[in-house]
Amino acid sequence: MFKDITLGQYYQTDSILHRLDPRVKLVATFAYIISLFIVNTYIGYSFAGLILAVAILLSSVPVGYIFRGLKPIFFLLIITVLCNLFLTGGDVILQFYALKITREGVDLSVKMAVRLIFLITGSTIMTLTTTPNQLTDALEDLLRPLRKLHVPVHEIAMMMSIALRFIPILMEETDKIRTAQMARGADFESGNLIQKIKALVPLLVPLFVSAFRRANDLAMAMEARCYHGGDGRTKMKPLIYEKKDYMAYATIAVYFAAAIVIRVIV
Amino acid sequence: MIIKTENVSYIYQEGTAMASVALSGVSTEIGNGQFIGLIGHTGSGKSTFVQLLNGLLKPTSGRVLCDDVDIFSDGYNRRALRARAGLVFQYPEHQLFEETVLKDVCFGPKNMGMSADEQASCAREALNSVGIDESCYQKSPFELSGGQKRRAAIAGVLAMHPELLILDEPTAGLDPRGRDEIYDLISKMHSERDMTILLVSHSMDDVARYMDRIIVMNEGNIAFDGVPKEVFSHYKELESMGLAAPQIMYIMNYLKESGLPVKTDMLTVEEAAAEIIAHRNEIPVCAKIERQ
Repeated sequence: MFKDITLGQYYQTDSILHRLDPRVKLVATFAYIISLFIVNTYIGYSFAGLILAVAILLSSVPVGYIFRGLKPIFFLLIITVLCNLFLTGGDVILQFYALKITREGVDLSVKMAVRLIFLITGSTIMTLTTTPNQLTDALEDLLRPLRKLHVPVHEIAMMMSIALRFIPILMEETDKIRTAQMARGADFESGNLIQKIKALVPLLVPLFVSAFRRANDLAMAMEARCYHGGDGRTKMKPLIYEKKDYMAYATIAVYFAAAIVIRVIV
Repeated sequence: MIIKTENVSYIYQEGTAMASVALSGVSTEIGNGQFIGLIGHTGSGKSTFVQLLNGLLKPTSGRVLCDDVDIFSDGYNRRALRARAGLVFQYPEHQLFEETVLKDVCFGPKNMGMSADEQASCAREALNSVGIDESCYQKSPFELSGGQKRRAAIAGVLAMHPELLILDEPTAGLDPRGRDEIYDLISKMHSERDMTILLVSHSMDDVARYMDRIIVMNEGNIAFDGVPKEVFSHYKELESMGLAAPQIMYIMNYLKESGLPVKTDMLTVEEAAAEIIAHRNEIPVCAKIERQ
């Protein structure tokens, strides 16, 4: 039940994307997301899709695994499409009673759906090829200039990496508590909505208790090792750019420029 | 009640790169009021095995039969099976959730569809048998001590009146006193209620004496299955699986290798002491003292 969520789960394998500096991947993902909002034509989206396909190929992550990450946003996708389909004004091409489908509505809903799918897939590729620790390291490094403005960059990055680290742990814990309650005859599947929500109490209470217990233990363990925040902390694996990283930056720049050119020309 | 597994295999995350075989072709039979120990190293498949016995996991291949009926056949009531084959997970106190201890123990009976009165009487009986005092019944389960929490959680399963009680490492993380309390409780359940007990652990040192049968699991298969003395006679093979026989067996084997003709299949310190005393005349030092 909880094994379907791929967002935030690292896929262990060896590929060019896995070996790339996490800062490059983070910048690339942002650039990609922004580019999805720059292009607004089908040619532009095909171009973005092509780049996405190349990235999937380079990541050597099974395609099925990547698209499993789309499942949780399926409903959001449907709602977005329906809203755009029925609520956009313009040339009416089909009409059932009060519901009108317009040419502009079809156009907009297809574009929105493509945009959303590309957006999620793009960020899923990043999280599948980058460990949460690398990701927060990259974020900390990229946000470093903000420290001049007294933004607690290190603390934010630490909080993020802890939060990310706890996602799989808490999911596993949920699974364990769920089976334990099922062994006591709990039923999570049948009944109406209210009964189903009530059935979650035996799951959520132990989960909260366990989350607090773990947080407490972690805080204690960090203090026992004299953790005192970011000042003067060194890293075991400092981030250093290599030749392939500069090349990747160049590729991103070219892609971004191409996206703008497509927007202007087409 | 007899639960039989026929050539049961289980693969986690089948069809992905992370697929891992937890069990491969396990066939055995659990029941008949036996006290059974299940030992195995971490990752040997023992926790997976116990979850298959009451249908919490569906085997990838093979069948699980309860009294000769396939528990995954259409329309089989697996929830009723879970009441008959009670499973106490590792750290069961992590599943406590109700406002009071009594209500928490009522959870199982309530899920079985009992009336409020029946629930309460089952819960009281179970709490009584695990030795939780009545003054604790209305307390929050989170106020109890570690050992009490564990016992209250076990009561939560006992209240469903299982015929088979499966306990997965019930003493993990407890101090010696809490551990003894749990073992006393389990052996009492076994002798007084005629319950079949399946106790999962990676060390059997202090419980081997109570057991009728020990199953040793290694890499998803049953390596040994027999009476404790027989199983522990394979202590060298057990060691290669990262397991150990009771310490006293090592002493007896060492004595034998050193030339004292003692029997080596001892499980308890008392038995071993009697055996050594019986052979005291053959120990040079003792013989000398005796002559004086």
